[in-house]
Amino acid sequence: MPIVELTCISCPLGCPLKVETDGEGKVLGVTGNTCKRGEAYGRKEVSAPERTVTSTVRVEGGVPPVISVRTRTDIPKEKIFAVMEAVRRAVAKAPVQIGDVIIKNVADTGVDLIATKSTEP
Amino acid sequence: MKRYDTVVIGAGVTGSAVARELSRRKGRFLVLEKASDVCEGTSKANSAIIHAGFDAQPGSLKARMNVRGNLMMDKLSEELDIPFRRVGALVVCLREEELPRLRELQERGRENGVEGLELLSGEQARALEPNLSKEVCGALLAKTSGIICPFALTLGLAESAAKNGVEFRFDTEVTGLSPEEGGWVLQAGGEEVHTRTVVNAAGVHAGLLHNMVCEQKLAVIPRKGEYCLLDKTAGGHVGRTIFQLPGRLGKGVLVSPTVHGNLLLGPTAADVEDPDSTATTAAGLTEVMEKSAWGVKDIPYRQVITSFMGLRAHEAGDDFVLAESAPGFFDGAGIESPGLSSAPAIGEYLAGLVTDKLGLEENPDFDPIRRGAPRIAELPLEERAAKIAENPLYGNIICRCEEVSEGEILDAIHGILGARTLDGVKRRTRAGMGRCQSGFCSPRVMEILARELRLDLTEIRKNGGDSQIVLKKTRGEREA
Amino acid sequence: MSQSGIHEIAIIGGGPAGLAAAIAAREAGARDIVILEREKELGGILNQCIHNGFGLHTFQEELTGPEYAARYIRQVKDLGIPYLLSTTVVDLRREEDHVAVTSVSRRDGLLQTRARAVVLAMGCRERPRGALNIPGTRPAGIFSAGTAQRLVNLEGYLPGRRVVILGSGDIGLIMARRMTLEGAKVLCVAEIQPYSGGLKRNIVQCLQDYGIPLKLSHTVVDIRGKERVSGVTIAQVDQNLKPIPGTEEDFDCDTLLLSVGLLPENELSKAVGVELAPATGGPRVNESLETNIPGVFACGNVLHVHDLVDYVSEEAANAGRCAARFAAGTLSGGGREIPLAPAGAVRYTVPAGVDPVRMDGEAVVRFRVGRNMRKAVVTVLAEEPGQEPRTLLRRKRPVMAPGEMEQIALKKEWLTGDETKITVEAREEDA
Repeated sequence: MPIVELTCISCPLGCPLKVETDGEGKVLGVTGNTCKRGEAYGRKEVSAPERTVTSTVRVEGGVPPVISVRTRTDIPKEKIFAVMEAVRRAVAKAPVQIGDVIIKNVADTGVDLIATKSTEP
Repeated sequence: MKRYDTVVIGAGVTGSAVARELSRRKGRFLVLEKASDVCEGTSKANSAIIHAGFDAQPGSLKARMNVRGNLMMDKLSEELDIPFRRVGALVVCLREEELPRLRELQERGRENGVEGLELLSGEQARALEPNLSKEVCGALLAKTSGIICPFALTLGLAESAAKNGVEFRFDTEVTGLSPEEGGWVLQAGGEEVHTRTVVNAAGVHAGLLHNMVCEQKLAVIPRKGEYCLLDKTAGGHVGRTIFQLPGRLGKGVLVSPTVHGNLLLGPTAADVEDPDSTATTAAGLTEVMEKSAWGVKDIPYRQVITSFMGLRAHEAGDDFVLAESAPGFFDGAGIESPGLSSAPAIGEYLAGLVTDKLGLEENPDFDPIRRGAPRIAELPLEERAAKIAENPLYGNIICRCEEVSEGEILDAIHGILGARTLDGVKRRTRAGMGRCQSGFCSPRVMEILARELRLDLTEIRKNGGDSQIVLKKTRGEREA
Repeated sequence: MSQSGIHEIAIIGGGPAGLAAAIAAREAGARDIVILEREKELGGILNQCIHNGFGLHTFQEELTGPEYAARYIRQVKDLGIPYLLSTTVVDLRREEDHVAVTSVSRRDGLLQTRARAVVLAMGCRERPRGALNIPGTRPAGIFSAGTAQRLVNLEGYLPGRRVVILGSGDIGLIMARRMTLEGAKVLCVAEIQPYSGGLKRNIVQCLQDYGIPLKLSHTVVDIRGKERVSGVTIAQVDQNLKPIPGTEEDFDCDTLLLSVGLLPENELSKAVGVELAPATGGPRVNESLETNIPGVFACGNVLHVHDLVDYVSEEAANAGRCAARFAAGTLSGGGREIPLAPAGAVRYTVPAGVDPVRMDGEAVVRFRVGRNMRKAVVTVLAEEPGQEPRTLLRRKRPVMAPGEMEQIALKKEWLTGDETKITVEAREEDA
């Protein structure tokens, strides 16, 4: 059975994990962890890894030229570059408020892209 | 056809000094510089010392020009409004048996006409400079030795020349030089420039230009010297420039305060192939640190904020070449140490040769006074407040380490030979020269340059050539 | 020069430390507070830290830098605490009954703000290239990671296309991912130490996710390029961190980012006569985070470089409360300060001493260790004349790393006041 080797990021210990799978994405077991969080991390990271994407989008109509954004929650890791492509094309109209939705359901992830800053304080 | 009386090639300290002296006469003068600013070659990276003049061989041009240049410096620094301090220098001797050589040096100085030389015991020297090492057993004190900002001197000379009518063209390299009826024609930046006379002040490239037109070839060898600059917290480690008497271990390096309050260590000396290479080496920087410790103790090496390499234009004959080497072609070549100290005298001398050749008349409108832009942070508080009231931009600090304001950066950009690059602003205002080495202020200075010169941020350069800093906008435009 | 009346507290810096100090000082009863900030907005470095990972301790949720800052800025505004923007403090002076803070700005010109107490919250700066003495040329294309971060995240410009990063601190790792997402190719991250100073999470999510190699025990030994960087050479280093000849590897790149350490920015502290601790580069403070100059307090990265902003906020809040007590005259002179001494792998402690009389229940002692350790134990010992050292605290730590700040709480009730020294020690359990 295929084994994926990972470093656990749940705490500074950084345990070297071995995650055994059935070759089709199903996790059979995790070894090398020293706590439950490690096991959970190993399972998730191998079967359905997720990340938050943070970036900037162009602001139309003024200062600042770009405003920071993030996906409201984690998105599937394999969608990172698709999200970035949408981020690159997006244009926000000033004024932007922190929390405003910049792109709904960005790159079809089911997650919104939101502003993390306001254009005016 | 537009024809100049004189074209000076090179806007380093020598070329700028020649240009300023020429502007005392009536005529059409042009300075051509291949870099984007004044002081981009040998002039910018050296020991920043105005030597007393005891070192050069009696009778040499180096001796003559050094002593004369040193004498001229008080008046000149006042006229140009640039910092110059006669802090004095000590040549320290580390071995008893080498003490007679200090006396020889004093004797040579006397022959060269240097005033204020005095032999000291080790104790006397340490009384003046408590951080001299205990091995120092004697020293020669040279009271007329001084320190200066090489960039300020060069810019001051160049701006004074420009103010008095000399034209300057930057980013313009001279690629061809040939005689024509009554003068010379230069290929410069894709154009022909006609002139009656040429002054070759091209630093490490002076040999190349000379050899284009003269039978008797010159061998100008780039010789590199590496330096370390320490933070201002170390600036008071010595009060004078400390040289080491060349001894058993070879030539030492100097330890000197700078006019800006830093401590300078260096240089090493090695010949190099590439006249444009200013790469430092691990071995060179180690050598600077090791040798500087011979004569001065407890140097706080952790305070190093930057290191750099300078190239000296060494000529095989070991003296300056100041002469009309071909009809109407004047060399200011082989200008290595003490070139900075000698520059005012070289300018006077070469401009004199040109004047005699062309029979130039005096320029009655020549104004020797040039005012530098004010350093706001150095003003007394009340004056500073008044300046800010006059121009609020003097209150907007851009470079926090050196406390340089937006107003001063605008002065630098809109000056008579205005800054067009990040380094140009840095050298004129000191923005970016402090302990963070431009980490915080460079994006802000870039923005100001872009705004004032009506350029996009991607067009702002560090210095000349293709030294762009940011490459493209992340949003809203396609890849260039 | 215009001069203010005497405020209760002036706070120098409107970043995370200054904001938290101001809020806590107000909540502790100080009415008259002013924040001086050199940038044109509050929030400090958080404004350019657009990545997530902030606030897990403080808010139990994961925020980006600007979001974390916004929560504190909102509170400062709601509490009506005044702040001056684009205002650079250029001098500090201790006068008889106040501290004189001289600042300049476009709007107010030269201004003297007077306050009974001052909180230093100026943060830190990045160690520049010059301090490393990397040989080579000095072309365009060499940036400290934070400068590149500002150019990308705030100005919207890409500083390079082919990038080598020196230093695997968190900013370097974050910028590796950021540049990659903006279309640059990050060739490698070189780290001179045999371990990374960055969080495991960042190594995984910023490097491994994008296949960026991390070269431990490697450093840059040459930089090439006359106008723009054209390449760098990286070599392996030995145990003394000296490059090993023959291990050089050339990289063609147009950019070198440096993430090689942060230095507390204490030029102003020195101006007012604050004593600095060599191990941190920040002021030497007591349990109240007060420096040797009465009424001058310090917190955040100007005091010592932190790993998490949450701890900055916590520490700064304490400094704000103590400053409020000082301004109100209730931070009594107290008794005698007991020095804290680092031992074993502990490099320093903040505070450097405690006065039990002035302690408000407990003092949080923060420290870092100088090496990676497994199965470590932290011991706090009190020494009194004529007595065996007394163990105040003994705590096992499965892992300790130089990149992570540690903290313990020193309880007032443990102390008699007669101690001559309190030792904070970390070592391997079986050692």
